[in-house]
Amino acid sequence: MNFQLFVPEIILAGTAGLVILVDLFVERKGALAVLAVLGALAAIGYTITLWGGSATGLFGGRLAVDNFALFFKLLILGIVVVVVLATADYASKMERFQGEYYALVLTSALGMMVMSAATELITIYVGLELASISLYALVGFLKDPKSTESSLKYLLLGAVASAVMLYGMALIFGVTGQTQLSAISSAIGRLGLSGALANPALVMGVVLLLAGFGFKIATVPFHMWVPDVYEGAPTPITAYLSVGSKAAGFALVLRVFSTAFGEPGWLSQNWGMLFAILAAISMTLGNTVAIPQTNIKRMLGYSSIAQAGYLMVGLAAAGLAGGTDTLGGSGVLFFLASYALTNLGAFVAIIAITNKIGSDLIQDFSGMGRRAPLTAGVLTLCLISLIGMPPAAGFMAKFYIFSGAVQNGLLWLVIVAAINSVVSAYYYLRVVKVMWFGEPASAEPVPSSGAMRVGLAVTSLGVLFVGIAPGFLLTAAQAAARIFTS
Amino acid sequence: MSFPYLSTIVFLPVIGAILILALAKRDRAVRWTAAIFTFIPLVMALALFVAFDRSGGAALVQFEEKIAWIGPLNISYHLGVDGLSLPMVVLTAFLGFVVVLISWKEHLRVREYFAWLLLLETSILGVFASLNLLLFFIFWEIEVVPMYFLISVWGSGRKGYSATKYVIYTLFGSALMLAGILSLYFTTGTLDIMDLSQRGLALVQTALPAAGMFFLLLAGFAVKLPVVPLHTWLPDAHTDAPTAGSVILAGVLIKMGGYGIIRTVSIFPSVAQQYATILVVLAVISVLYGAAITLRQTDLKRMIAYSSVSHMGYVLLGVFALGQISMTGAALQMVSHGLLTGLLFAMAGLTMHNVHERDLRKLGGLANQLPIIAVVFSIAGLGSLGLPATSGFVAEFLVFTGSFGSGAAAGMAVFTILAALGVVLAAGYILWMLQRTFYGPVKEQFNGSADATRLDRVYMVAFVILILLVGIFPTVLTDVIQKGITPIVSLLGG
Repeated sequence: MNFQLFVPEIILAGTAGLVILVDLFVERKGALAVLAVLGALAAIGYTITLWGGSATGLFGGRLAVDNFALFFKLLILGIVVVVVLATADYASKMERFQGEYYALVLTSALGMMVMSAATELITIYVGLELASISLYALVGFLKDPKSTESSLKYLLLGAVASAVMLYGMALIFGVTGQTQLSAISSAIGRLGLSGALANPALVMGVVLLLAGFGFKIATVPFHMWVPDVYEGAPTPITAYLSVGSKAAGFALVLRVFSTAFGEPGWLSQNWGMLFAILAAISMTLGNTVAIPQTNIKRMLGYSSIAQAGYLMVGLAAAGLAGGTDTLGGSGVLFFLASYALTNLGAFVAIIAITNKIGSDLIQDFSGMGRRAPLTAGVLTLCLISLIGMPPAAGFMAKFYIFSGAVQNGLLWLVIVAAINSVVSAYYYLRVVKVMWFGEPASAEPVPSSGAMRVGLAVTSLGVLFVGIAPGFLLTAAQAAARIFTS
Repeated sequence: MSFPYLSTIVFLPVIGAILILALAKRDRAVRWTAAIFTFIPLVMALALFVAFDRSGGAALVQFEEKIAWIGPLNISYHLGVDGLSLPMVVLTAFLGFVVVLISWKEHLRVREYFAWLLLLETSILGVFASLNLLLFFIFWEIEVVPMYFLISVWGSGRKGYSATKYVIYTLFGSALMLAGILSLYFTTGTLDIMDLSQRGLALVQTALPAAGMFFLLLAGFAVKLPVVPLHTWLPDAHTDAPTAGSVILAGVLIKMGGYGIIRTVSIFPSVAQQYATILVVLAVISVLYGAAITLRQTDLKRMIAYSSVSHMGYVLLGVFALGQISMTGAALQMVSHGLLTGLLFAMAGLTMHNVHERDLRKLGGLANQLPIIAVVFSIAGLGSLGLPATSGFVAEFLVFTGSFGSGAAAGMAVFTILAALGVVLAAGYILWMLQRTFYGPVKEQFNGSADATRLDRVYMVAFVILILLVGIFPTVLTDVIQKGITPIVSLLGG
């Protein structure tokens, strides 16, 4: 076995341990953030050198090292960097346990990286629990009643989802006798069309698995936790949940469904249509309920449910296309990367503003356009990107993911999704309106620290770059998704 | 590769906007930067207009620029103008410069204001110059943002409501349009407008009905034009926008809809023939309903706004009469209406600014206090009701002549006669408006109101010259427009 391929994970685990150790000795806790960022950057650097190599396995084929996994590893590590930068100002709210905070962010990233690479059911579970348990603790980090409540809610619902998923895995194992995804696929192929559909245990297993994953990607009807947890968690962790956890969840869904249930074609057509219906419901519910929200974190929680709906349009396309998919899978990847940039940008801006005004209510953002023009500008750009308007990344992401759906005969879903984007414009623009046209509560400017400014610059330039010149990211996403096309 | 004239024209305004935000500190510098960065595109657009090869054998699309843009999707950055888009580019550049002059007295958040105005100009120029549907759509969508800000910050009345309504309507239309563009992309494998219209549905590979795609695309354009019953955003947005915003909205923004409809017809000629009757009926309804509502308005700006609904009905009628003359008339009507209504809104804005009153019931006798404005306002009004020697007459005459003898739908002659009643109604509301505003007993409270300044007179003269030029020598424009219309008509089998 070639341990070189595992170096990014080792670097990340090592950094997590080092952060806790250094925490014992240094007084200035800012050093911990620097250390965490450096560790993540080192892992990014090493992962880039692995990009483009031929696909291999680790630990007897339990972890894959292919472009798909590497794409997600880079994405997750990039997210970690921005989340740590965004915490720099926020950390003052947490006097104690800053070392543990950064270490937990790193270990959950490690779990997400395992999730994106796992090709075997047990490994998937281990990765998912590593990510989840770290996040349960992070959500409750503020120790105020709201944060504690949301942590408890997340823990309980998450545990139920894990149990359901584990049950599904057990059923699938019972029917096929395999835990390796590719082996499950061939076992189902042997059952044949009538054999597989007549087997209630298998169908049940697939549905339960979907329920477990649905919790991670926050889709209807497994979305109940989202608004409360998003509202109560420390804001950087909300950002982390909304992009990191979702990205890893989609990596899992794509790999498991495309590999284990991707062949034969009739099977993937079935779950493809299932995702199409879930997508339509998820985006409609998310967007409709987001409209009356008054708390910006809660609003973005519902918005993330809607975005999961748009993402599932890509899953539906990938499913309906079967093994010949060219746009659906890569569309999900491209959308996830654009969404990560956009949502992180929005959250960094929100953290910068809420740190100063001490409120998450949208009405308190009034007049921010005058008090903090650059931060408000970045937030405006990101909200425009979330609507899906050019020249921001969100437009290209929607264009590309919708094109995959049209290619596979899902024009009705594209029309639903496009009209949903119009509905979403209403509540995203309300924030823009409050910021630029509202009267400021005071003339005092809202400064942001150097770390925040780096975060704002990276994300907003990224949003514009992907929106104007998407070719680079698109090529990478297509290279990553190519592992599913036969 | 030759010098990228079109890219320069399209992107100079936005470069000006960035310079304003980054460098210009004083209001004076902001205004001059805006003026310079809209004046150069105007000069260049005029130069292109003169240099455009009108001869019979000349290339259809000229000043073309094409470079690879999104490799994985086989989409290129493709700009170019033909006889249809060139007049619109010139008109946009002209109005883009004029609105800077109109806004010279703006005092509220001057930097942001001019930056949005310049971004708006870039996006509209981009719509007319794009030859790739994705690029077209991107410019189309970008336009919404500056307009939203212009209406909601610098507007009047229920500006927040109007701005949001404008955005939602436009986005709703473009959502359907995006679905149409995507299905077109997957049935033909290209998004190049010229490829699509020249090789037509020969490219279609799947069974998705062409009519479906046609109506998806049309929906987006019909909201913008606007076609009754999708017009209700227009009076609100036009009325509550600042003067410059109204001029741009009425002058070129709604023309994006007409332009898009002509392009759609060129992509789906047979579908257009099949459904011409429905659209002609909608056109007649737009003309008459728009005119009827205009008659009972009491607000100066709202009146001009509603008249646009009626006048854009002529464009729709001309296009779906599907003949050489009628479509030329429709394209000419877009330019002519751009000039006339642009001037009407500019004059209405000036009147309101100088006398602080816009209610027609309270205005009156202003010809006494504001003689220059009264004269120019009247010229624009008379042009708008189609007086000979103005551009309005030529355009409407061509539309009616073309559609009267057209065989696009059964009973075209009847529809044409009905639509021509719109001209009678127009005479009614325009003369009534002029009479209520400028004539009648002189009112004391308006004494001392300022007339047009020297700066105002500059653009007033420019407007009037252009209106008369097109009215007296229509060939200046029609020989260019013909170059764009002829290939479309030949696709229609005419």
